[in-house]
Amino acid sequence: MQDVSYYRPSSIKEAIKILSEHGPTAKVLAGGTDVIVQARERTKKITAFVDIKKIPDVMGLGIEGHRGLTIGAATPMYQIYNHSGVQEEYPAIIDSANIIGGKAIQGRASLGGNLCNGSPAADTIPTLIVLEGTANIIGPNGERKIAIEDFCTGPGKTLLQHDEILISLHFKRPAPFSGSRFIRFIPRNEMDIAVVNVASQIQMDGNKIESSRVAIGACAPTPLLLKEISNFIQGKELSQDLLENAAELFNNLITPIEDMRGSPEHRVDLAKTLFKRTMNDAVIRSNGEKVQ
Amino acid sequence: MVSTQKKADKTYKVIGTRPVRPDGLDKVTGRAKYGADIQLPGMLFGRVLRSPHAHAIIKKIDTSKALALPGVKSVITHKDLPTAADIALDLGETTSNMKWLCDKVLAAEKALFHGHAIAAVAAVDPHIAEDALALIDVEYEILEPVLSVHTAMDKKTPNIHPNMKTVDMIARFQAGEPSKVQINNVASILDLELGDLDAGFKEADIIIEREFETGTYHQGYIESHNGTAQWNENDEVTVWLSTQGHFNARDVLSKLLQVPMSKVKVIPMEIGGGFGGKIPMYMEPLAAIMSKQTGKPVKMHMQRDEVLLATGPTSATYIKVKVGAKNDGTIVAADAYLAYESGAYPGSPVGAGAASMFLPYNIANLRAHCLDVIVNKPHTAAYRAPGTPAAAFAIESIIDELAEKLEIDPITIRMHNAAEEGTRTSDGRLAPASLAVKELLEEAQATEHWNAELSDPSIGRGIAIGAWGNAGLESNAYASINSDGTINLNTGSVDIGGQRASLAMQLAETLGVDYDSIKPQVSDTDSIGYTAVTGGSRTTFASGIAVVEVGNKLKEQIIDRVATFWEIDASQVHYGDDGTLNGPEDKSIKFSGIGKILSRTGGTIQASATVKPNTQVATFGCHIVDVKVDEETGKVDILRSTALQDVGKAIHPAYVEGQIQGGILQGIGMALYEEYYYDDKGILKNASLLDYRMPTSYDVPFTETTLIEKPNPGHPFGVKGVGEVPIVPPLAAVANAIYNAVGVRPNILPVNPRRLSVLLKEKNKK
Ligand SMILES: Cc1cc2nc3c(=O)[nH]c(=O)nc-3n(C[C@H](O)[C@H](O)[C@H](O)COP(=O)(O)OP(=O)(O)OC[C@H]3O[C@@H](n4cnc5c(N)ncnc54)[C@H](O)[C@@H]3O)c2cc1C
Repeated sequence: MQDVSYYRPSSIKEAIKILSEHGPTAKVLAGGTDVIVQARERTKKITAFVDIKKIPDVMGLGIEGHRGLTIGAATPMYQIYNHSGVQEEYPAIIDSANIIGGKAIQGRASLGGNLCNGSPAADTIPTLIVLEGTANIIGPNGERKIAIEDFCTGPGKTLLQHDEILISLHFKRPAPFSGSRFIRFIPRNEMDIAVVNVASQIQMDGNKIESSRVAIGACAPTPLLLKEISNFIQGKELSQDLLENAAELFNNLITPIEDMRGSPEHRVDLAKTLFKRTMNDAVIRSNGEKVQ
Repeated sequence: MVSTQKKADKTYKVIGTRPVRPDGLDKVTGRAKYGADIQLPGMLFGRVLRSPHAHAIIKKIDTSKALALPGVKSVITHKDLPTAADIALDLGETTSNMKWLCDKVLAAEKALFHGHAIAAVAAVDPHIAEDALALIDVEYEILEPVLSVHTAMDKKTPNIHPNMKTVDMIARFQAGEPSKVQINNVASILDLELGDLDAGFKEADIIIEREFETGTYHQGYIESHNGTAQWNENDEVTVWLSTQGHFNARDVLSKLLQVPMSKVKVIPMEIGGGFGGKIPMYMEPLAAIMSKQTGKPVKMHMQRDEVLLATGPTSATYIKVKVGAKNDGTIVAADAYLAYESGAYPGSPVGAGAASMFLPYNIANLRAHCLDVIVNKPHTAAYRAPGTPAAAFAIESIIDELAEKLEIDPITIRMHNAAEEGTRTSDGRLAPASLAVKELLEEAQATEHWNAELSDPSIGRGIAIGAWGNAGLESNAYASINSDGTINLNTGSVDIGGQRASLAMQLAETLGVDYDSIKPQVSDTDSIGYTAVTGGSRTTFASGIAVVEVGNKLKEQIIDRVATFWEIDASQVHYGDDGTLNGPEDKSIKFSGIGKILSRTGGTIQASATVKPNTQVATFGCHIVDVKVDEETGKVDILRSTALQDVGKAIHPAYVEGQIQGGILQGIGMALYEEYYYDDKGILKNASLLDYRMPTSYDVPFTETTLIEKPNPGHPFGVKGVGEVPIVPPLAAVANAIYNAVGVRPNILPVNPRRLSVLLKEKNKK
């Protein structure tokens, strides 16, 4: 462990001031399930933690009718997956939140932390992307919004400046006859980093695909939104053949790496399988039915 | 969810019951003292600098900046070891070499694996010690790492140990002369032979030859290695240690530190798992040397990544087996070639694997050619039935294939070839006494699991059996009776799996007293005689014999004292099964009352016993497993698991079942999930429990167990070693189940989704 200072500001303004004064080795601390590990293992140089959990703006979540869902950046996963509105309208968020670490981790881990940590294999980012999430950010120069699909720029890298704070994530109200699904593939049944993960969102018009969004993780330096797939299937009648053909696009869309978690060939195969499975489940959900 | 015990025995009062373990309450309340709990005045904290390279010449180590850091009290390198002479060592049960022992704890000329200890620091707190590591300058000249047995043995690959000669082994632990064939990086060759191989293969109607590989697996105990040493001015050294064998630790420390054995006191702390991995020494000699330099106690505790990087996992293996059989299923010949990685220093368990793999069978013509191969990976250590899971995977996969090709049921073919009394084993000796291979297979055939329908074509069922030899070795026990009739029992056996309970139960049964009236305890090296490690499935067996002998000696003395008190002849005193003593004219006294008699007839009585039994026998286990295979992803899920085992006599059946369930779990880990992942530079990429994947409770269901009790005639209650054999069958059982489900035979383990998806793709191409 390195020597670190610990701050617990109660307002955004105060937090930004501390971050600005300290420079880049001061880190926002939300659940700490990434950043404390990094400090302990010395994979990042860290001299100060700025704990934001006492700042009301970043905690809690709510659905405001037609305006959609807002989730405070530091809200722990268990609060998210226990929220009945999220369960009903944004089931893919539940798919993601449910599998982060185990129960103990879910008591602390946050969507903001998962996103700002910027791991290519992060298990919530593909979901946040396909649900067209926006990140609300405040920094020394005021507020800005970033589409989540643009947020990550490389492994561990994001558009966020060191003295900016992600306040919340916003999702619009899902369209009628739409559904979403996230599936991660890991060799075990829990406690693992995704070999591949895929989120799909679909809006149906009868048996025709009105629109869709597909995002994949662990296959590129950042989670990717795959517009090519959506373009390919848009406006077409849903069929297993269509999904099979669309899945073949993955051969050229991703060039995953070889590492201890998977080979390029296996990852491409998994991407195709998870794409088909998430799509089929999203369609089921678009009919208001549950997937098992 | 059932656990059945066949032929439950009513002849015993205590044996076969399931009392709470004496250490249980302290463990669940957090009061039990582990090595990490040691706090001593002025204590320093030690950390180890480890090699970032798999193979490198150490050109220079500069410790001056680290020493200058405030709070740092000692920095040591290989030069600070008292000696590192190239001399053979006799460690009682095994042999070693002083230089190898020394180089292993602190690298000398070369770093031989990623994680090899290069220097150690002691400081006033662990964080300063860690900061100091970064200030040690080491100049390396990086060499090409040798990472597989095939590269190691290649003529073009230089010897990792330039002066090492390939020796021919006479027996598993007995080295002979340098071999006529010198193979690069092969430390030793062992050949086991029986019958006439060529003649055997000539008789065969079918011959199957296959190659197999298994990965490097870690034991995965919860508690990481730790030890605290205090070196006093009078050169007495005390060490508090998490170990499976404190006498073994003492003897090695005595040699390494050049201090007489009587002056090294090792106090065994509670231990959080070992499975064979807590026998070798890593940091304790360093803690002792730094304590000597500073005059302060030094505590060292590994981080999890250090445990995976630098302690001894099991050998990765390459095995080729050829088996010939007649059309009726009779196996007429088997020829095995086994090359095991021993890591940076010699001593893989290849001989044990070879000896155990054929033990369940009666095969007239056999050969096993065993190679112990040096590679740039951590020195392997014992791991539950060392060397045998891999070897059993090979033979049991081939037998499954034979059964399929000959259209014989997999249990029937095994039954047909099962070893029995009188069978010769691969080393020409007679098969172990009271072996129960046939009984095991009969019980397996009768299980509900084996006969249940498979509900889905993606589900497959596999079966495999396995054997393990088990150890005897030396044990000491001592007991005394208190004036209130309670008993203190001391042994030299570390309690790693409930041995305090199983030993107290044997004494209670011998004396006819309540289990609760005995307080069992593990004594340190100053307080009892040499006792071999808790390992080799030997403790309940061998220390049990010592305890029973102690009980019988106490009984004799009690009878004498009571006779004296009653003023009769000892032959007139009858010692009853329930501990009541009776004499003529209705004279009677309960055990709880004898304290009074003792105090009036000369005081307390005590007894001790030293045993070194050679009556331990091999045991056999069977695993039946159902798997479901996702053909699109290559993922295998275990749906149902049943284990059967001949246990001789289950002293404490719940602990026996626990041993079986744990062994099965680890075997499944080897089959599907776990493995060391090295890059081409020999850097271990998954030194964490996130990426070194041990199965979790979500991955493996409860294993149903059936205990078969065919007593060992060489133990007073019939005990056989039970702890190791359960890890042997699951690798092949899982592989056979996968074949049954999807028609591909995994020959490389672990068969993780990535490997299985390659096999499935090949199948679909055909
Ligand atoms: C045992 C274990 C299992 C895990 N399993 C999974 C898993 O299955 N899937 C998965 O995706 N991840 C997993 N993780 C990683 C981690 O739990 C998640 O990424 C989690 O969502 C991080 O959230 P956090 O609140 O703990 O982030 P923190 O650790 O507090 O922060 C992470 C990073 O984001 C920055 N940050 C956090 N919040 C903000 C903010 N509001 N504004 C600006 N910067 C911010 C921090 O400075 C830091 O750099 C696991 C971790 C552990 C220890």
